[in-house]
Amino acid sequence: MTTSIERTWTAVCSVGAVPEYAGVAALLDGGVQVAIFRLPGDRWYALSNWDPCSGAAVLSRGIVGDADGVPVVASPVYKERFELETGQCLDASDVSVPVYEVRVREGVVEVESP
Amino acid sequence: MPTLVVAGHGMVAHRLVEAVRAEDPSGNWHIVVLSEEPRPAYDRVALTSYVDTWDPATLALPGSDYANDSHVDLRLGELAVSVDRDARTVTTASGDVVSYDALVLATGSRPFVPPVPGHDLDGCFVYRTIEDLDAIRAAAVDKPGRGRRSAVVIGGGLLGLEAAKALRDMGLSPHVVEMAPRLMPLQVDEGGGSMLRRMITALDVTVHTGTSTNSIEADGSRLLAKLGNGTELDVDLVVFSAGIRPRDDLARQSGLDVGPRGGVLTDASCRTSDPAIYAIGECAAVEGKVYGIVAPGYAMAEIVAAQLTGGSGTFPEPDTSTKLKLMGVDVASFGDAHATTEGALEVAVNDAVAGTYKKLVVTDDGKTLLGGVLVGDATEYNTLRALVGRPLPAEPGAILAPAGGGAAVGVDALPDAAQICSCNAVTKGAITKAIHEDGCDSVPKLKACTRAGTACGSCVPLLGRLLNAAGVEQSKALCEHFPQSRAELFEIVQATRITTFSELIGRYGSGSGCAICKPAVASILATLGNGHVLGGEQMTLQDTNDRYLANLQRNGTYSVVPRIPGGEITPDKLIVIGEVARDFGLYTKITGGQRIDLFGATVDQLPLIWRRLVDAGFESGHAYGKALRTVKSCVGSTWCRYGVQDSVGLAIELELRYRGLRSPHKLKSAVSGCARECAEARSKDFGIIATENGWNLYVGGNGGTTPRHADLLVSDVDTATLIRTIDRFLMFYVRTADRLQRTAPWIEELDGGLDHLRAVIVDDSLGICEDLDAAMAKHVDNYADEWKGVLEDPEKLARFSSFVNAPGAPDPAISFREERDQKVPVMLGVPEVRR
Repeated sequence: MTTSIERTWTAVCSVGAVPEYAGVAALLDGGVQVAIFRLPGDRWYALSNWDPCSGAAVLSRGIVGDADGVPVVASPVYKERFELETGQCLDASDVSVPVYEVRVREGVVEVESP
Repeated sequence: MPTLVVAGHGMVAHRLVEAVRAEDPSGNWHIVVLSEEPRPAYDRVALTSYVDTWDPATLALPGSDYANDSHVDLRLGELAVSVDRDARTVTTASGDVVSYDALVLATGSRPFVPPVPGHDLDGCFVYRTIEDLDAIRAAAVDKPGRGRRSAVVIGGGLLGLEAAKALRDMGLSPHVVEMAPRLMPLQVDEGGGSMLRRMITALDVTVHTGTSTNSIEADGSRLLAKLGNGTELDVDLVVFSAGIRPRDDLARQSGLDVGPRGGVLTDASCRTSDPAIYAIGECAAVEGKVYGIVAPGYAMAEIVAAQLTGGSGTFPEPDTSTKLKLMGVDVASFGDAHATTEGALEVAVNDAVAGTYKKLVVTDDGKTLLGGVLVGDATEYNTLRALVGRPLPAEPGAILAPAGGGAAVGVDALPDAAQICSCNAVTKGAITKAIHEDGCDSVPKLKACTRAGTACGSCVPLLGRLLNAAGVEQSKALCEHFPQSRAELFEIVQATRITTFSELIGRYGSGSGCAICKPAVASILATLGNGHVLGGEQMTLQDTNDRYLANLQRNGTYSVVPRIPGGEITPDKLIVIGEVARDFGLYTKITGGQRIDLFGATVDQLPLIWRRLVDAGFESGHAYGKALRTVKSCVGSTWCRYGVQDSVGLAIELELRYRGLRSPHKLKSAVSGCARECAEARSKDFGIIATENGWNLYVGGNGGTTPRHADLLVSDVDTATLIRTIDRFLMFYVRTADRLQRTAPWIEELDGGLDHLRAVIVDDSLGICEDLDAAMAKHVDNYADEWKGVLEDPEKLARFSSFVNAPGAPDPAISFREERDQKVPVMLGVPEVRR
């Protein structure tokens, strides 16, 4: 059996608007906030912008780096680290944030619509 | 489930509960703690420091409320009033009856108030609890009348001097009355006592020794203390600290044996004459002897906990050594300090110039250390105490010789049985085992593994030296990406002239960096002058505060602090700040650093706000950075009747000189125009106090969780010398401190401390002063306002947007309500994780 998932995409910015190792926030329909991160080699990730540890929508403003080679962003509020691939929090095993699909088409960054 | 009832909740009772819970994680014991005091156990040893903040939270012992432990039932304000040993029940003051299978008496002691006539008058206090200090404070503050308040402390022992310090810190002039011919008669000998007296007197405490107190009489709203030697002291209040007496009432009431001088009599395993009842801490008379300090109490708690959880234990030969800092004066005594051992010899050095007194007590052959007294300088306390009962590594006279000529006592000289941490009774052998067998390769790991250094912390330097002696290279790695320390990275960046993080991590580190190393390297790059802090790659290294040049608040908005050098501002500029705050709807508050904080700005608003501020002549206040914050000042000689120098002028000069200097931690400063110290300069990283002849410079002060007064570095210097000294102090700190290490711990960690610092930056002992001067000159020349830099650069400006796809759109996650006529944040989502 195959499941086909209907995805719709929202264009948010040009590739050049996001420096490597930086994040930006995008406001999607329904007030949903997504944090989009760029790593070298045109690797793109998107998480919910919502930081469950502080209750503020700020993850896009965290410092991007790695923990044991795994790409992470550290919340700017209390510095908990979240894996960019999975949304899993490394500093509290029972915490994670939603992950969004992100792609680049003709120099435009698009994220999966909620 | 058997029930353990603990009567009392002081430090020792808390240690007992902790130890039982640690050995009994599944909760075979149900523990009921009956606490007379209205709050959980707190750090009574540090009681005097309560005066610094009047915040009980600063004395809190971690975990002493057992909030997350369902096996411990802590009942506050429930005094145990009687014990029925036949029924095995305890009755509390409120009438509750609690059954026990085992009962531990940990009721502590009560202050002894000598039966002097008038001892119970209003204005007479004791010194034991937070409530006692609150009462003293209320009395000291509320007294009507003019002039400086004064107080007399009855008792010149350890506690009496602590009380005198607390009174002095409250702004009173204290007298101390001691019956014995010297201060601290139990701890120090005559020589040490007279040195101590000289040093304490120099701190504005009047000392009366060798005299009793005959009576206290009311004299209007004041008290008259009449001493046995004829002196009459006219004071506002009296504090009794004439010793303590064990609280053994429960034992007496229930027919348990008590010791010959009071205290609940126990055997060496702390068991009372009823095998179901134990006694620990200051209320216990272990084999007849009562101990009034915490370390033996902790030992009792541990052995009772061991017995309750299936182990065994007996009270070890207690170590009653003491080391403390009284009003900045080191006082330590250890072992047989009074040379009571038969044939003991004393070797003493009394250096009135250096203000130190040191005595060693040795066996009659002069080869084995028995004890000693150190006053004025207790650096060698830890090593010497651990050597008690052991052969001395050198002649006693050589060990006492002033630094430089003396034979140093190294950790190598200590035998395995020597106790390194006397609070937790950890021996050198246990520590070396942890290093070699358990793989502890850092001080934090040693602390976690052995508990050494986790109580008073005075042995922590010894732990480091033991690691060194074992050949363990202690990791100074900044984080998983850089094996170097911050200071080493600073040297690398300086020597190689690397200007980017990516080149630095590529050549000297690994991986892609993290929230620890990126801001640390960004700070180093900024100190060495690499353009705007948001230029190029640097932007991605910055913590959010530096990234947006504002302070992140809990709801994701930021606060804005324009620089107001020295706290001096024109009415016109004040009006501009008011207008900006009003136009952008910002919550406004005056800061402790004499400036104004504007809260609730969104990322999009920040450049608009700063456009207005920069146009009106303001610049960044760096409230967001690990950088110089403010140089606070009093009004100084221009206006003040008492000022002797222009403190405002100097504060402005200093603030403009060091503004923008990135450093390992925030830097605070203040300038006071006279000795009244209205600018609170001694609570700053560098504080300046005016004298008749110039300036005194104090360094290494801070507020915060571990408040500390700054120490005098140079005195009576002219302005040029002052500025040169501060230049060097700051540059030396910026280059060599660890990440997030403030100046106080940095100075403490310097080998040789403040004296070494003085040698480096005043006497140029390392020959680096020219370099430090040049580095500061470069900083001053290169300074540019960061916010002006953003406003002039469209690329940087474009990054100040909440949403990349909707610039200017309001952030739906940010909401406010009104409180006291201003807006305050409403958290739309509650954090899902309890912090």
